[in-house]
Amino acid sequence: MQEDDTANPGMLWVLEGEQLWQQAAGEAGRSCQDCHGAATSMRGVAARYPAFDTGRSRPVDLAGRINICRTGHQRASPLGHEAPDMLALTAFVAHQSRGMPVVPDQDPRIEPFRENGRRIFEQRMGQLDLACSSCHQAHAGNRLGGSAITEGQVNGYPLYRMEWQSLGSLRRRLNNCMIGIRAEPFPEDAPEMVDLELYLTARGAGLPIETPAVRP
Amino acid sequence: MLRTLLSVPKTARRGEIIQIRAMIAHPMETGHRMGPNGVEIPRKIINRLVCTYAGEEVFAADLHPAISANPFITFHTVAVESGILSFAWTEDDGAVHLAQAEIVVE
Repeated sequence: MQEDDTANPGMLWVLEGEQLWQQAAGEAGRSCQDCHGAATSMRGVAARYPAFDTGRSRPVDLAGRINICRTGHQRASPLGHEAPDMLALTAFVAHQSRGMPVVPDQDPRIEPFRENGRRIFEQRMGQLDLACSSCHQAHAGNRLGGSAITEGQVNGYPLYRMEWQSLGSLRRRLNNCMIGIRAEPFPEDAPEMVDLELYLTARGAGLPIETPAVRP
Repeated sequence: MLRTLLSVPKTARRGEIIQIRAMIAHPMETGHRMGPNGVEIPRKIINRLVCTYAGEEVFAADLHPAISANPFITFHTVAVESGILSFAWTEDDGAVHLAQAEIVVE
Protein backbone atom coordinates (compact mmCIF):
# COMPACT_ATOMS: atom_id res chain seq x y z
CA MET A 1 0.00 0.00 0.00
CA GLN A 2 2.86 2.34 0.85
CA GLU A 3 4.69 1.66 -2.40
CA ASP A 4 1.65 2.18 -4.62
CA ASP A 5 1.19 5.91 -5.15
CA THR A 6 -2.37 5.32 -6.38
CA ALA A 7 -3.32 3.46 -3.19
CA ASN A 8 -1.26 5.33 -0.56
CA PRO A 9 -3.68 7.66 1.28
CA GLY A 10 -0.72 9.83 2.31
CA MET A 11 -0.45 10.91 -1.31
CA LEU A 12 -3.67 12.91 -0.84
CA TRP A 13 -1.65 15.19 1.46
CA VAL A 14 1.30 15.28 -0.93
CA LEU A 15 -1.09 16.46 -3.66
CA GLU A 16 -2.42 19.13 -1.32
CA GLY A 17 1.15 20.19 -0.54
CA GLU A 18 1.83 20.50 -4.24
CA GLN A 19 -1.03 23.00 -4.46
CA LEU A 20 0.12 24.92 -1.39
CA TRP A 21 3.66 25.12 -2.75
CA GLN A 22 2.35 27.27 -5.58
CA GLN A 23 -0.06 29.30 -3.49
CA ALA A 24 0.83 32.81 -2.34
CA ALA A 25 0.62 33.27 1.41
CA GLY A 26 0.99 36.04 3.96
CA GLU A 27 1.28 39.79 3.64
CA ALA A 28 4.23 39.44 1.28
CA GLY A 29 1.95 37.51 -1.09
CA ARG A 30 4.70 35.03 -1.99
CA SER A 31 4.47 31.31 -2.57
CA CYS A 32 7.17 28.74 -1.77
CA GLN A 33 7.70 28.49 -5.50
CA ASP A 34 8.46 32.20 -5.84
CA CYS A 35 11.68 31.76 -3.84
CA HIS A 36 12.49 28.07 -4.19
CA GLY A 37 11.36 27.47 -7.75
CA ALA A 38 10.31 23.97 -8.68
CA ALA A 39 9.69 21.47 -5.87
CA THR A 40 12.60 19.36 -7.12
CA SER A 41 14.88 21.94 -5.50
CA MET A 42 13.79 20.39 -2.20
CA ARG A 43 15.37 17.05 -3.09
CA GLY A 44 17.72 16.06 -0.28
CA VAL A 45 16.39 18.60 2.22
CA ALA A 46 14.28 16.31 4.38
CA ALA A 47 17.11 13.77 4.42
CA ARG A 48 19.30 16.14 6.45
CA TYR A 49 16.70 17.64 8.77
CA PRO A 50 16.56 18.55 11.66
CA ALA A 51 19.41 20.90 10.81
CA PHE A 52 21.25 23.65 12.67
CA ASP A 53 19.74 27.09 12.18
CA THR A 54 22.39 29.79 12.60
CA GLY A 55 19.82 32.49 13.28
CA ARG A 56 18.41 30.63 16.25
CA SER A 57 21.66 28.97 17.31
CA ARG A 58 19.89 25.66 17.61
CA PRO A 59 18.50 22.89 15.39
CA VAL A 60 15.08 23.20 13.79
CA ASP A 61 12.92 20.47 12.31
CA LEU A 62 11.34 20.68 8.87
CA ALA A 63 8.10 22.19 10.18
CA GLY A 64 10.14 24.72 12.15
CA ARG A 65 12.06 25.64 9.01
CA ILE A 66 8.82 26.08 7.06
CA ASN A 67 7.53 28.34 9.83
CA ILE A 68 10.74 30.42 9.64
CA CYS A 69 10.01 30.89 5.93
CA ARG A 70 6.36 31.68 6.60
CA THR A 71 6.93 34.25 9.31
CA GLY A 72 10.14 35.73 7.90
CA HIS A 73 9.74 35.69 4.13
CA GLN A 74 6.02 35.35 3.56
CA ARG A 75 4.99 37.37 6.64
CA ALA A 76 2.30 34.80 7.34
CA SER A 77 1.31 33.29 10.66
CA PRO A 78 3.18 30.14 11.75
CA LEU A 79 1.39 26.80 11.54
CA GLY A 80 1.11 24.14 14.23
CA HIS A 81 2.67 20.74 13.51
CA GLU A 82 -0.72 19.09 12.99
CA ALA A 83 -2.32 21.92 11.02
CA PRO A 84 -3.64 20.45 7.73
CA ASP A 85 -1.55 22.88 5.67
CA MET A 86 1.63 22.08 7.62
CA LEU A 87 1.05 18.34 7.23
CA ALA A 88 0.56 18.83 3.51
CA LEU A 89 3.68 20.98 3.12
CA THR A 90 5.97 18.76 5.22
CA ALA A 91 4.65 15.67 3.41
CA PHE A 92 5.24 17.31 0.05
CA VAL A 93 8.76 18.56 0.86
CA ALA A 94 9.86 15.30 2.51
CA HIS A 95 8.37 13.34 -0.37
CA GLN A 96 10.87 15.03 -2.69
CA SER A 97 13.61 13.14 -0.84
CA ARG A 98 11.88 9.77 -1.03
CA GLY A 99 14.42 7.01 -1.54
CA MET A 100 17.37 9.10 -0.41
CA PRO A 101 19.28 7.95 2.68
CA VAL A 102 18.97 9.95 5.89
CA VAL A 103 22.19 11.90 6.42
CA PRO A 104 22.49 13.54 9.84
CA ASP A 105 23.68 17.15 9.93
CA GLN A 106 27.44 17.08 10.52
CA ASP A 107 27.66 20.64 11.84
CA PRO A 108 29.69 20.38 15.12
CA ARG A 109 27.44 22.96 16.78
CA ILE A 110 24.56 20.50 16.61
CA GLU A 111 26.31 17.82 18.71
CA PRO A 112 25.18 19.03 22.18
CA PHE A 113 21.54 19.05 21.02
CA ARG A 114 21.79 15.56 19.55
CA GLU A 115 23.34 14.42 22.83
CA ASN A 116 20.36 15.97 24.66
CA GLY A 117 18.08 14.00 22.36
CA ARG A 118 19.91 10.80 23.21
CA ARG A 119 19.56 11.60 26.90
CA ILE A 120 15.79 12.07 26.51
CA PHE A 121 15.58 8.81 24.56
CA GLU A 122 17.20 6.98 27.46
CA GLN A 123 15.45 8.89 30.26
CA ARG A 124 12.87 6.94 32.25
CA MET A 125 9.67 8.90 32.55
CA GLY A 126 5.98 8.72 33.36
CA GLN A 127 3.92 6.61 35.67
CA LEU A 128 5.23 3.46 34.02
CA ASP A 129 8.79 4.72 34.49
CA LEU A 130 9.90 3.62 31.02
CA ALA A 131 12.38 5.19 28.64
CA CYS A 132 12.01 5.02 24.84
CA SER A 133 15.08 2.78 24.88
CA SER A 134 13.44 0.41 27.38
CA CYS A 135 11.31 -0.98 24.56
CA HIS A 136 12.66 0.32 21.28
CA GLN A 137 16.31 -0.44 21.95
CA ALA A 138 16.33 -3.26 24.49
CA HIS A 139 13.32 -5.16 23.11
CA ALA A 140 13.16 -4.21 19.43
CA GLY A 141 11.98 -7.27 17.53
CA ASN A 142 10.14 -8.73 20.52
CA ARG A 143 6.42 -8.39 21.25
CA LEU A 144 4.32 -6.49 23.75
CA GLY A 145 0.95 -8.16 24.18
CA GLY A 146 0.95 -9.45 20.63
CA SER A 147 2.07 -6.23 18.98
CA ALA A 148 5.54 -6.14 17.47
CA ILE A 149 7.98 -3.77 19.18
CA THR A 150 9.64 -1.83 16.39
CA GLU A 151 12.91 0.05 16.46
CA GLY A 152 10.88 3.25 16.32
CA GLN A 153 12.57 4.64 13.22
CA VAL A 154 11.30 7.95 11.86
CA ASN A 155 12.31 7.91 8.19
CA GLY A 156 8.70 7.81 6.94
CA TYR A 157 7.26 10.86 8.66
CA PRO A 158 4.84 12.54 8.22
CA LEU A 159 2.96 9.32 7.68
CA TYR A 160 -0.56 7.96 7.26
CA ARG A 161 -1.51 5.96 10.32
CA MET A 162 -4.49 3.61 10.06
CA GLU A 163 -5.22 4.23 13.71
CA TRP A 164 -5.50 7.96 12.99
CA GLN A 165 -7.25 7.51 9.63
CA SER A 166 -5.20 10.52 8.67
CA LEU A 167 -1.70 11.78 8.00
CA GLY A 168 0.14 12.82 11.17
CA SER A 169 3.51 14.22 12.18
CA LEU A 170 6.26 12.69 14.28
CA ARG A 171 5.14 15.02 17.07
CA ARG A 172 1.77 13.36 17.15
CA ARG A 173 3.35 9.92 17.40
CA LEU A 174 5.79 10.97 20.12
CA ASN A 175 2.96 12.58 22.10
CA ASN A 176 1.07 9.28 21.89
CA CYS A 177 4.18 7.38 22.98
CA MET A 178 4.47 9.57 26.06
CA ILE A 179 0.77 9.28 26.85
CA GLY A 180 1.23 5.53 26.48
CA ILE A 181 3.79 5.42 29.28
CA ARG A 182 1.58 7.84 31.22
CA ALA A 183 3.96 10.74 31.03
CA GLU A 184 2.99 14.36 30.42
CA PRO A 185 3.81 15.03 26.75
CA PHE A 186 6.18 17.89 25.96
CA PRO A 187 4.41 21.12 24.91
CA GLU A 188 4.07 21.95 21.20
CA ASP A 189 6.95 24.42 21.13
CA ALA A 190 9.33 22.42 23.34
CA PRO A 191 12.90 22.43 22.04
CA GLU A 192 13.30 18.95 23.59
CA MET A 193 11.10 17.55 20.84
CA VAL A 194 13.45 18.83 18.15
CA ASP A 195 16.46 17.47 20.05
CA LEU A 196 14.75 14.10 20.31
CA GLU A 197 13.89 14.08 16.61
CA LEU A 198 17.50 15.05 15.89
CA TYR A 199 18.72 12.00 17.80
CA LEU A 200 16.08 9.71 16.26
CA THR A 201 17.07 10.64 12.71
CA ALA A 202 20.74 10.07 13.52
CA ARG A 203 19.80 6.72 15.05
CA GLY A 204 18.27 5.82 11.69
CA ALA A 205 21.09 7.23 9.56
CA GLY A 206 21.24 5.54 6.19
CA LEU A 207 17.59 4.47 6.09
CA PRO A 208 15.77 5.75 2.99
CA ILE A 209 13.17 8.47 3.36
CA GLU A 210 9.77 6.80 2.85
CA THR A 211 7.46 9.79 3.18
CA PRO A 212 4.50 9.38 3.09
CA ALA A 213 4.79 6.02 4.87
CA VAL A 214 1.75 3.91 5.83
CA ARG A 215 1.59 2.38 9.30
CA PRO A 216 -1.01 0.52 11.36
CA MET B 1 -13.42 20.59 -3.53
CA LEU B 2 -12.07 17.55 -1.80
CA ARG B 3 -8.75 16.11 -2.91
CA THR B 4 -9.10 13.09 -5.15
CA LEU B 5 -6.57 10.61 -6.48
CA LEU B 6 -7.50 8.79 -9.67
CA SER B 7 -5.62 6.04 -11.43
CA VAL B 8 -6.82 5.54 -15.01
CA PRO B 9 -4.48 4.19 -17.69
CA LYS B 10 -3.50 6.94 -20.12
CA THR B 11 -3.87 4.64 -23.11
CA ALA B 12 -5.49 1.27 -23.77
CA ARG B 13 -6.33 -1.01 -26.68
CA ARG B 14 -9.95 -1.19 -27.77
CA GLY B 15 -11.69 -3.98 -25.87
CA GLU B 16 -8.95 -4.21 -23.22
CA ILE B 17 -10.02 -4.69 -19.60
CA ILE B 18 -8.56 -1.85 -17.55
CA GLN B 19 -8.31 -1.32 -13.80
CA ILE B 20 -9.59 1.96 -12.38
CA ARG B 21 -8.75 3.21 -8.89
CA ALA B 22 -10.34 6.16 -7.12
CA MET B 23 -9.65 7.65 -3.71
CA ILE B 24 -11.15 10.74 -2.14
CA ALA B 25 -10.04 12.57 1.04
CA HIS B 26 -12.94 12.34 3.47
CA PRO B 27 -13.10 11.61 7.22
CA MET B 28 -16.08 9.20 6.80
CA GLU B 29 -17.37 9.98 10.29
CA THR B 30 -19.56 7.03 11.33
CA GLY B 31 -21.73 8.89 13.82
CA HIS B 32 -20.87 6.40 16.56
CA ARG B 33 -17.73 8.16 17.82
CA MET B 34 -17.79 10.22 21.01
CA GLY B 35 -16.04 13.55 20.94
CA PRO B 36 -14.80 15.70 23.83
CA ASN B 37 -17.17 16.14 26.78
CA GLY B 38 -19.33 13.19 25.71
CA VAL B 39 -20.82 14.89 22.68
CA GLU B 40 -21.42 12.44 19.85
CA ILE B 41 -19.64 13.35 16.61
CA PRO B 42 -22.40 13.42 13.96
CA ARG B 43 -22.37 11.05 10.99
CA LYS B 44 -20.87 12.49 7.82
CA ILE B 45 -19.99 10.07 5.07
CA ILE B 46 -19.82 9.72 1.34
CA ASN B 47 -22.65 7.34 0.57
CA ARG B 48 -22.37 6.85 -3.21
CA LEU B 49 -19.76 6.75 -5.93
CA VAL B 50 -20.74 6.68 -9.59
CA CYS B 51 -18.38 6.44 -12.57
CA THR B 52 -19.63 7.42 -16.02
CA TYR B 53 -17.75 6.57 -19.21
CA ALA B 54 -18.80 6.75 -22.85
CA GLY B 55 -22.22 8.00 -21.84
CA GLU B 56 -22.85 5.01 -19.62
CA GLU B 57 -22.71 4.40 -15.89
CA VAL B 58 -19.95 1.78 -15.74
CA PHE B 59 -19.67 1.55 -11.97
CA ALA B 60 -21.76 2.55 -8.95
CA ALA B 61 -21.31 1.79 -5.27
CA ASP B 62 -23.35 2.51 -2.15
CA LEU B 63 -21.03 3.24 0.75
CA HIS B 64 -21.98 2.76 4.41
CA PRO B 65 -20.41 3.88 7.72
CA ALA B 66 -18.26 0.74 7.87
CA ILE B 67 -16.06 2.12 5.08
CA SER B 68 -12.95 3.76 6.53
CA ALA B 69 -11.76 7.30 5.94
CA ASN B 70 -10.36 8.32 2.56
CA PRO B 71 -12.32 5.59 0.77
CA PHE B 72 -10.34 3.75 -1.88
CA ILE B 73 -12.31 1.94 -4.59
CA THR B 74 -10.97 -0.26 -7.39
CA PHE B 75 -12.94 -1.71 -10.28
CA HIS B 76 -12.46 -2.95 -13.83
CA THR B 77 -14.13 -1.80 -17.00
CA VAL B 78 -13.67 -2.32 -20.74
CA ALA B 79 -11.86 0.37 -22.75
CA VAL B 80 -14.44 1.06 -25.45
CA GLU B 81 -13.49 4.51 -26.79
CA SER B 82 -11.30 7.52 -26.15
CA GLY B 83 -12.91 9.93 -23.76
CA ILE B 84 -13.43 11.02 -20.20
CA LEU B 85 -14.19 8.92 -17.14
CA SER B 86 -16.25 11.03 -14.75
CA PHE B 87 -16.46 10.27 -11.05
CA ALA B 88 -19.13 11.64 -8.73
CA TRP B 89 -19.00 11.14 -4.96
CA THR B 90 -22.21 12.07 -3.10
CA GLU B 91 -22.27 13.05 0.58
CA ASP B 92 -25.07 12.50 3.11
CA ASP B 93 -26.14 16.13 2.79
CA GLY B 94 -26.40 15.86 -1.00
CA ALA B 95 -23.14 17.62 -1.85
CA VAL B 96 -21.46 16.09 -4.90
CA HIS B 97 -17.69 16.02 -5.53
CA LEU B 98 -16.51 15.52 -9.08
CA ALA B 99 -13.30 14.45 -10.73
CA GLN B 100 -12.40 13.14 -14.13
CA ALA B 101 -9.61 11.48 -16.06
CA GLU B 102 -8.98 11.07 -19.75
CA ILE B 103 -8.20 7.88 -21.59
CA VAL B 104 -6.99 7.39 -25.17
CA VAL B 105 -8.20 4.15 -26.73
CA GLU B 106 -6.50 2.85 -29.87
